[in-house]
Amino acid sequence: MFRNNYDNDSVTFSPQGRIFQVEYAAEAVKQGSVVVGIASKTHAVLVAIKRNAEELSSYQKKLFPIDEHTGIAIAGLTSDARVLSNFMKQQCLGHRLSYGRNMPVRSLVDQIGSKAQINTQHYGKRPYGVGLLVAGVDEQGPHLFEFQPSGMTEEMQAFAIGARSQMARTYLEKNLSEFASCGREELVRHGLKALKESLVQDRELTVENTSVGIVGVGKAKDGSTKVEPFKVYDGQDVNAWIDSVADDKEAATAEGETMEVDDE
Amino acid sequence: MAAMFSQNPVMNGPNYSFSDSPQTNAPEGAREHRFDPYTDNGGSTLAIAGADFAILAGDTRLTSGYSINSRHHPKVFKIGGTTADQHDATLAISVVGFAADGEALKERLDAICKMYRYRHGKPMSVKACAQRLSTILYQKRFFPYYSHAILGGLDEEGKGAVYSYDPVGSYEREQCRAGGAAASLIMPFLDNQVNFKNQYVPGSGEGHALQERERNPLSRNEVEVLVKDAFDGAVERHIEVGDGLQMMIITQDGIEEVLLPLKKD
Amino acid sequence: MDHRPQAWGRPRDDVYGAYDGSYLQSGGPKTATQSPVVTGTSVVAIKYKDGVVIAADNLASYGSLARFTDVKRLRVFLGTSVVGFGGDVSDMQWLDRHLNELAIDESYDDEPSPSSLLSASPNKGHGKLNAANLHVYLQKLMYRRRNDFDPLWNQLLIAGLDAAGKPHLSSVDLRGTAFTSPSLATGFGAALAQPIMRRHAPTEEAAAALTREEAVGVVQECMKVLYYRDARSLDRYSIAVVTKEGVELKEDEQLERQSWAFAERIKGYGTQTV
Repeated sequence: MFRNNYDNDSVTFSPQGRIFQVEYAAEAVKQGSVVVGIASKTHAVLVAIKRNAEELSSYQKKLFPIDEHTGIAIAGLTSDARVLSNFMKQQCLGHRLSYGRNMPVRSLVDQIGSKAQINTQHYGKRPYGVGLLVAGVDEQGPHLFEFQPSGMTEEMQAFAIGARSQMARTYLEKNLSEFASCGREELVRHGLKALKESLVQDRELTVENTSVGIVGVGKAKDGSTKVEPFKVYDGQDVNAWIDSVADDKEAATAEGETMEVDDE
Repeated sequence: MAAMFSQNPVMNGPNYSFSDSPQTNAPEGAREHRFDPYTDNGGSTLAIAGADFAILAGDTRLTSGYSINSRHHPKVFKIGGTTADQHDATLAISVVGFAADGEALKERLDAICKMYRYRHGKPMSVKACAQRLSTILYQKRFFPYYSHAILGGLDEEGKGAVYSYDPVGSYEREQCRAGGAAASLIMPFLDNQVNFKNQYVPGSGEGHALQERERNPLSRNEVEVLVKDAFDGAVERHIEVGDGLQMMIITQDGIEEVLLPLKKD
Repeated sequence: MDHRPQAWGRPRDDVYGAYDGSYLQSGGPKTATQSPVVTGTSVVAIKYKDGVVIAADNLASYGSLARFTDVKRLRVFLGTSVVGFGGDVSDMQWLDRHLNELAIDESYDDEPSPSSLLSASPNKGHGKLNAANLHVYLQKLMYRRRNDFDPLWNQLLIAGLDAAGKPHLSSVDLRGTAFTSPSLATGFGAALAQPIMRRHAPTEEAAAALTREEAVGVVQECMKVLYYRDARSLDRYSIAVVTKEGVELKEDEQLERQSWAFAERIKGYGTQTV
């Protein structure tokens, strides 16, 4: 019987130049439910499908705030994600303490990239079994980054990871040109529409299984830029958004910023 | 170290704060090696707990010797909010003494409260925060944070709570407390006006056996006036107090910040 | 307060009694602590409508000896902020090297990213540290060194703009004490220059009404008074104006319109009339 001799650890290359443990970790990401992220000129949003193990259990959290200007969406092992999210939280707090500013999102993502890479090159270690979408704003504006267990990180305008995420990505590719100029609500609707593409047959977006996270930049009264802190919306807070992208309303809902969900 | 907070400089004529040639029997050419890591930046703070609110106040002057370094340097801070602007904070701390230590202490406690809130999804209670602050201070028992901290918030029953500390972590919940340079000027005033010490009902007994004036909680407006009066008095009599009065009023609806002018002389 | 850098950070005799140097005899514990050797005197700075004016003379003294007469004590950071150094010159040079490293690290993050094309302010640079950020950083650095009993024997003034683009002026000293004010001065300047500057800018609002010419004039006046009265000062100085356009730094200015006529009238220590 065939046995793969090159996947016992993450430090051995296969003759084809592959590191199987890292590839398996990437598979773990595909087991997680789908998450979508999109960035515009003013906002970055994350939307996610939450799963419950059984009817009676609660839904697994998919979105985590990191700092006031950053949040993450996860696909894969939740417990691995918590290690990374705690690390990111500490880095952001430390940076704020030392410099009195929001940590630049790219530096933050670079840090978890380096951290994850170490696990792919040391004997006895295991790569993180989780992929992240990192949404944040800094002096440069909104950002969206993808993070993979290999330690790869890349800045994206829109992306989706997790189970059946290819369909969501196809939607995002089709509508890519619109995102940059989208407002807050429009961006969320695009995210939810992309999410719907990835749903299995007979499943729908509900207030129980949908999470939305938003971060953005606006102008303060004195003309300086002000951060709209990263906030996760769950339950009834996402109802209006879900309704607005419901199939029957699709045609009726014209573009525009008429919906008010945020109470701030 | 008690002399650090001495309010009365030696009044025996003009002198340097050190002698020009330090007394030493060190070998030829050896220089004095000593760095004093502490200094006193003056200023005063005050906190009063009410029935359903707590007020923390401090002047905004920062001094070094006879110099005024800054006329607007806050000593009272909101802590434990989820964002840097602390819009949803539920606690406040005042620090007075050595400014750099005070601010380091404030930032540490703030970081701890923020992590607590992140992990538990709810703000830290004053009681828990008070205990934690004591631990932080005592951990530096042999190189203390040289500041007199006062923590304010609302307790589990919604009553105003004020906790005061010494620099090495001994603490106590109190009705009111004054700290810093003019503490000894303000505290007796508070004893009389908040706790009605030495106030008796006239004609209620023979000789000194009079009935004490009944204590009832002060209203928020009364307390605000009391704070302003206390500081106006302190400004008159203490050179390290003045410029501005900063007040944090902690209520069920959040923390309100008020800035009033004080004499700048 | 004694304004000589030598006095900074030393225990007061009137509080602690005369210093007992007996432990210096031999061996003993390792002491990382120093005292300043070659020193720079005052730095003065004032905010105005569009920025900050900051100045310091070009002298580095060795005790009472005017040892180096061409030492630049203003340092530009990332082309957007200025740090002025009072106190020990070797510690200033260490800080200068350290700030260079920080600026280089910060510039590495400056690569334009794909999203900078769609961001509100494209290619503005990746979160350059502004003066307010730099102030926080230097405060942490100085405070850490005092906690290690290995202080950097300086008082620093940081001039530039904050995140909102408003003028920023702040100070950090060897113990990590940090503060801001419409005008600031280190060393002797705290006694001689600060009263002059506070006449023109007593409050933030008054400072925000000053023009550039007025602010430069006030600082020049302060430098002159300091040269008249501070025996450890020089009539050659550096002056920088920081605005959102950047930093204009002149490093070889000469004090003008000096008049030493007042010197003839000085007798004794001020109260003497005969």
